[in-house]
Amino acid sequence: MTIVISKDKKADSLINDVREISGVDVRSCLQCKKCTNGCPVTGLAIVPPSEIIRRLQLNQEDDILESDLVWMCASCETCFTRCPMKIDMASVMDALRIMAVKKKASKQKGNVRLFNKSFLTTVRLFGRTYDLGMIAAYKAGTSSYLQDTDKFPMMLRKGKIALLPSFVADKKYIKRIFKKKND
Amino acid sequence: MKYAYYPGCSAESTARDQYMSVNEVAKALNIELAEIKGWTCCGSTPAHHTGKLLSLALPAANLLMVKKMGLDMVVFCAACYNRMKAANHEIKANPEIRKKVSEALGEDYDGSVNVYHFVEVLLKDIGAAKLKKAFTHSLNGLKVSSYYGCLLVRPRDVTNFDDPENPTIIDTLITTMGGESIDWPHKVECCGGGFALTRTDIVVELSNSVLGMAKTSGAQCVAVACPMCQINLDMRQSDILKAKGNDYNLPVVYITQLLGLCLGISSKKLGMDKCVVSPKPIIELSREVV
Repeated sequence: MTIVISKDKKADSLINDVREISGVDVRSCLQCKKCTNGCPVTGLAIVPPSEIIRRLQLNQEDDILESDLVWMCASCETCFTRCPMKIDMASVMDALRIMAVKKKASKQKGNVRLFNKSFLTTVRLFGRTYDLGMIAAYKAGTSSYLQDTDKFPMMLRKGKIALLPSFVADKKYIKRIFKKKND
Repeated sequence: MKYAYYPGCSAESTARDQYMSVNEVAKALNIELAEIKGWTCCGSTPAHHTGKLLSLALPAANLLMVKKMGLDMVVFCAACYNRMKAANHEIKANPEIRKKVSEALGEDYDGSVNVYHFVEVLLKDIGAAKLKKAFTHSLNGLKVSSYYGCLLVRPRDVTNFDDPENPTIIDTLITTMGGESIDWPHKVECCGGGFALTRTDIVVELSNSVLGMAKTSGAQCVAVACPMCQINLDMRQSDILKAKGNDYNLPVVYITQLLGLCLGISSKKLGMDKCVVSPKPIIELSREVV
């Protein structure tokens, strides 16, 4: 890893944002790299988790929110489980995704942000996820209409995908939660 | 034995077979599962990607419903299980979070509802010895890879499910059914989870690694306890063949489907016709009466 340190950066802001959102302080990281060695996407992503932490410690924050790992992390929690300093890296990644959306960092391959939005919209509307609605919204937004088209007839035949959303969820709490979220 | 049952959203779509087999097995073993009336989504990965309060309040809403039922909660989906446990953990550990979640719900929730995965209940309430007596059929030495994935076992302090590096709960069930639980190193590796739609390339990569290790270790099938693991490992085998040239043809079934077969329940009632890779060899093997 090569991290270029420039002196004119505003100090300590992203590391504090991360701590505020996740409650996790990454300053105790020893750079033992157990997180990186256990991470299932280390071989696929350019930036490994231990480097994200080092960059946070060094206030090299512009690059962090653009790191491919931010939207490639599968939240498997292997990093947290194996960390000798008990740093909850999975929660740090959640905080970075929240900051990436807030600071309008680039969306990156796969557009997980759109998927999350489509997913949560169906939860808000029906109280439960509605796969067909969610998939349609995601595909329309990413123009990935042809992806997995070979699978839909089989899934329909096997009853592995519901045609209609569920209408039996009690949305009493859901309505309050989503309203509170936007307050 | 009576529990409040939280099926989770996938039980209504991609994991109908999970729903069917859990219900059948519970019925056969006299475990009463009272489905939570009007249950709602746990928020899963999209919620914790989006905001902490959202990710805790969505599961807490269901835990509050269960608290009113005066029962413990049973979950099968590993993702739902993980979110329920995470909500309880954070609410109990942090009064500030409890306050915020309770405000969002409009009612106080204290994090006190006990949450169990269905397989935990089997060993806790019935136990291996009694289960063995209940089985009318056997797996007849079927070589099974017990696959736990991520969310049942991690983080350890949150789920308290089993050893996070080498869990054995599902292995114990396999052995009890007369199967051979194979020793393999990918029990708790990730299948790609929620990237099924967004980053299929990652799912193909990770699921290929899990299936490849299962096959190399001599498995005839993979037993799972999570709907996301099931669909990724099962449905993506055709994509893995295309991308990697590996033709695994390895059935991926829910542990409850295997239990159901050993309890003499028909494969149709267990939803085994919904598997993409045909589990026919397993069904035939388990036909023999003990």
